[in-house]
Amino acid sequence: LADLGAKPSQFSTDATPNTFEEITTYNNFYEFGTGKSDPAEYADALTIDPWTVKIDGMVDKPGDYSFDDIMSGVELEERIYRFRCVEAWSMVVPWVGFELADLLDRVGVQPGAKYVAFETLYRPEEMWAQKRPILEWPYREGLRLDEAMNPLTILSTGLYDEPMPKQNGAPLRLVVPWKYGFKSIKSIVRISLVEDMPPTSWNMANASEYGFYSNVNPQVDHPRWTQASERQVGGGLFAKRIPTLMFNGYEDEVAGMYAGMDLSKFY
Amino acid sequence: MTLPDRINAAVRAVPSWVLYALAPLPAAWWFYLGFTGGLGVEPISALEHKVGLFALQLLIAGLAVTPLRRFAGVNLIRHRRAIGVVAFFYVLLHLLIWLVLDMSLLWSQIAADLVKRWYIIVGMASFVLLIPLAVTSNNWSVRKLGSTWRTLHKLVYGACLLGGLHFVILSKGFQLEPMVYMAIIVGLLGLRLVPKRRPMMARA
Repeated sequence: LADLGAKPSQFSTDATPNTFEEITTYNNFYEFGTGKSDPAEYADALTIDPWTVKIDGMVDKPGDYSFDDIMSGVELEERIYRFRCVEAWSMVVPWVGFELADLLDRVGVQPGAKYVAFETLYRPEEMWAQKRPILEWPYREGLRLDEAMNPLTILSTGLYDEPMPKQNGAPLRLVVPWKYGFKSIKSIVRISLVEDMPPTSWNMANASEYGFYSNVNPQVDHPRWTQASERQVGGGLFAKRIPTLMFNGYEDEVAGMYAGMDLSKFY
Repeated sequence: MTLPDRINAAVRAVPSWVLYALAPLPAAWWFYLGFTGGLGVEPISALEHKVGLFALQLLIAGLAVTPLRRFAGVNLIRHRRAIGVVAFFYVLLHLLIWLVLDMSLLWSQIAADLVKRWYIIVGMASFVLLIPLAVTSNNWSVRKLGSTWRTLHKLVYGACLLGGLHFVILSKGFQLEPMVYMAIIVGLLGLRLVPKRRPMMARA
């Protein structure tokens, strides 16, 4: 595999990353099945070349952008981020990518836009579990515009300096490190700048458990389990739980965006 | 000989101690896999789920004994106690894996889960219902309790329903597998409501 040549970033954590095997064999990507090993088993079926992302809504330059269009002139960075799943497990992942803000600046966000909506590919002949009503397909996610423009928010095209494995959301996925993992939508085919808060898949499925914001917050439990602690994947049979950090440890960088908001209400 | 007769003959030939002797093997195998990387990179939840699912399958097997005898002529009754006792130990093992490996014995979080989380409450209730059944699963209790024993052991219906519900409500999104387990449990209980045409004669 070609090395992507990603540059180091000041935003990387100095925590030790999980192994490539851990990151690529323990995944939630329900389009390929609900088991943790299903994505590694079935994602091979996905065609990622050609790949087109529709960028529409309140932008100056809407259109269908090929993966190469999106990548042209982009300088890739390595971002080693903590990754915290809503299911109370976590990893450290050396993502490769670029800031979402770079792309949004290139297409020109119009003044009225307040949110960014994302969609995953819908192709049930390659993503077999989309034939099952596990969620309402296609998978949808969204961010407030200031969240989308935050320098921590990246579009990721690889990990361990290699192109993104399919089970991790090839060729292009979002990574928002201070939110639960399901916000970091995979295999993106549409990015829309919109005025109103967009519908998001897990919120549509169960609004009382999955809020639009879904910021990592040890004080606000998931209704069915505690979010106060987590287990880092890779510790084996006797791995101990560790305390979960507010905003997954990115409080300094992101807390200001939520000043004055009741985070137990806007969970 | 019909197929049920052949099955019954084969079942009669197996002494109960064989089931008890084989019972720890799946757990031992899964622990071995967990130690050696065979359960993937997150062995704790994999082990917890495998043991829990096997416990539910054993509870269902126990629940199937009566309908199998009545509607299919297959008589597994002499092994029902062993199935039930082994099911109880797998439920207990599932609980211990949750407490020790999954929750790292963080008692304050465990206590909070036990009062706040419905799937934990339901699962724990299922375990609690099984305790008196495990305690009275010996000949002395059967003799001592008489007809009360049969009534008491109907608690297993509730334990199975709660076990199935535990699986349904811990799942994320709309998943088929837990629904199928729940449907089987409800079906096996429903079969007990089918009216008998005449008093059951001894079937040998």
